[in-house]
Amino acid sequence: MAKSVEEVAEAMFNMVKDAAGQKKLKPMDLTKNVMQLFGDEVDKQICKEAIKQLINSGRCVYTYFGGSYVELPHREGAAND
Amino acid sequence: MADNLPQTPLLNELEKGAWPSFVKEIKMAAKRSPMCRDLLGQLEQSYREKIGYWKHGGIVGVMGYGGGVIGRYSALPDKYPGISHFHTMRINQPAGWFYTSKALRSICDIWEKHGSGLTNMHGSTGDIILLGTTTAHLEPTFAELAKIDFDIGGSGSDLRTPSCCCGMARCEWACYDTMALTYDLTMHYQDELHRPAFPYKFKFKMSGCPNDCVASIARADMSIIGTWRDDIQVDQEAVREYAKRGMDITSDVVNNCPSKCMDWDGKELHIENSFCVRCMHCINVMPKALRPGKDRGATILIGAKAPIIEGAMLSSVLFPFIKIEPPYTQIKNTVDKIWDLWCEEGKNRERVGEFIQRVGLGNFLEAIDVEPVPEMVAHPRENPYVFYEEYFEEGDDEEEEEES
Ligand code: HEM
Ligand code: HEM
Ligand code: SF4
Ligand code: SF4
Repeated sequence: MAKSVEEVAEAMFNMVKDAAGQKKLKPMDLTKNVMQLFGDEVDKQICKEAIKQLINSGRCVYTYFGGSYVELPHREGAAND
Repeated sequence: MADNLPQTPLLNELEKGAWPSFVKEIKMAAKRSPMCRDLLGQLEQSYREKIGYWKHGGIVGVMGYGGGVIGRYSALPDKYPGISHFHTMRINQPAGWFYTSKALRSICDIWEKHGSGLTNMHGSTGDIILLGTTTAHLEPTFAELAKIDFDIGGSGSDLRTPSCCCGMARCEWACYDTMALTYDLTMHYQDELHRPAFPYKFKFKMSGCPNDCVASIARADMSIIGTWRDDIQVDQEAVREYAKRGMDITSDVVNNCPSKCMDWDGKELHIENSFCVRCMHCINVMPKALRPGKDRGATILIGAKAPIIEGAMLSSVLFPFIKIEPPYTQIKNTVDKIWDLWCEEGKNRERVGEFIQRVGLGNFLEAIDVEPVPEMVAHPRENPYVFYEEYFEEGDDEEEEEES
């Protein structure tokens, strides 16, 4: 059965949360991981929508460290008050 | 007022000479902006100590977008509190960089209210660059710019703001409408522009003719350069007029033709168009006598980049000639296939040109369903990635052929 955007977003959120502080994940990593997890219950389009939902809801943010990643919102080391 | 400015003996050197000086401009802005005053202070200290005092921020941005804001913090915030935060915003420029003076004033007003007031018109990406603001001012700036129909541009691993030469708006050489294509691609790929999902950056640059005023062949992952496929239009009377007025057509035009396909007998200019490589030299030298042909379109090239991970690369031919007409289906279909492949197989921070070099152009072409053509080869025997498989397939049995 096809997964909903919400289900995919939740799975991605957990991946980002579990990786926090250890590994930065790119949007493509999330897509590939989710496709491995759910097989043909998901496609690229739904993964794109799920990432959009995570970002638009503010649960995750894009970050840039040489390349672009999806992470939990946090205060970065370089920030000044 | 000027007494308040920090002492900057080293920076002052950069005010000398007849040319514009960013130091002059920052000093002018510093009369009103404490941010600019501290910027002068830190810059002078950096010049003196030969140390850069900027820290990179990787997380600042506006809600929903993954690009367009480049985080910067001073490493000396106690000494220079005005530039404790000094983030850059990239703003998507109008195609061809045409503005009304009202639009420019509005942008400047917004930026004086929310940032340092310093701008760079334009950055090498093509965007309007707004230099220096704080995290708290990012969203308000974005909101005010949106009200006057300006949006943030690209940065990070996304589609960068497409840019083009002024093309048909001003230039008689334009072989297609660069501004229309740029606008169309920008609107069509909004998600890709704001939501970084690529292995690394991807740039489109549109030039109307092979003069390539936006240096697309050296900077764009996809270069779309205007050209023609019929004959150069020649007005023989005007050629003779150039000669009469003292132009040495043999040495200035004919002998500089890179493909040696021109001949001038003192009365008639002959061009062997089948050898012409569309370099524009003769047309640039005799604009009144020569112009591009009438059957116009563009060459699509792929893979240029400046040296970052690997060395610099020029883009190379993907389609020798296609017509450029809305809705630009062929370009978009090809782009979608390239992005699919590169997103799937590309390594982190690998530009599409480097990706092609790694997997081989032959494999790349096969994966995106493009037939190899002789124009992809710079010189015979130089890039031996074209294989004539059909020679071998003749002997193979049918089944195997169908599988491959
Ligand atoms: C240890 C012995 C040899 C070595 C290491 C050697 C190496 C090479 C190399 C590196 C190339 C360039 C290939 C390319 O750029 O594609 C080449 C080309 C060539 N070699 Fe040799 N070679 C050797 C012996 C010979 C001998 C004995 C002959 C002829 C009797 C020969 C005839 C040629 C020819 C005609 C070419 C040009 C082939 C072409 O342009 O495709 N080579 N060789
Ligand atoms: C009448 C005699 C010959 C003629 C007219 C002739 C002509 C040619 C021509 C036109 C080429 C192509 C050059 C290019 O593509 O740049 C060529 C390549 C070559 N010829 Fe000859 N050739 C002759 C004899 C020979 C002989 C006797 C040998 C060796 C013993 C030889 C070895 C080669 C090789 C190794 C190449 C390079 C093949 C390649 O570029 O892939 N040729 N020859
Ligand atoms: S690239 Fe060609 S068409 Fe565009 S402005 Fe330059 S000369 Fe004109
Ligand atoms: S455009 Fe360049 S190659 Fe073509 S005829 Fe003129 S000078 Fe020669």
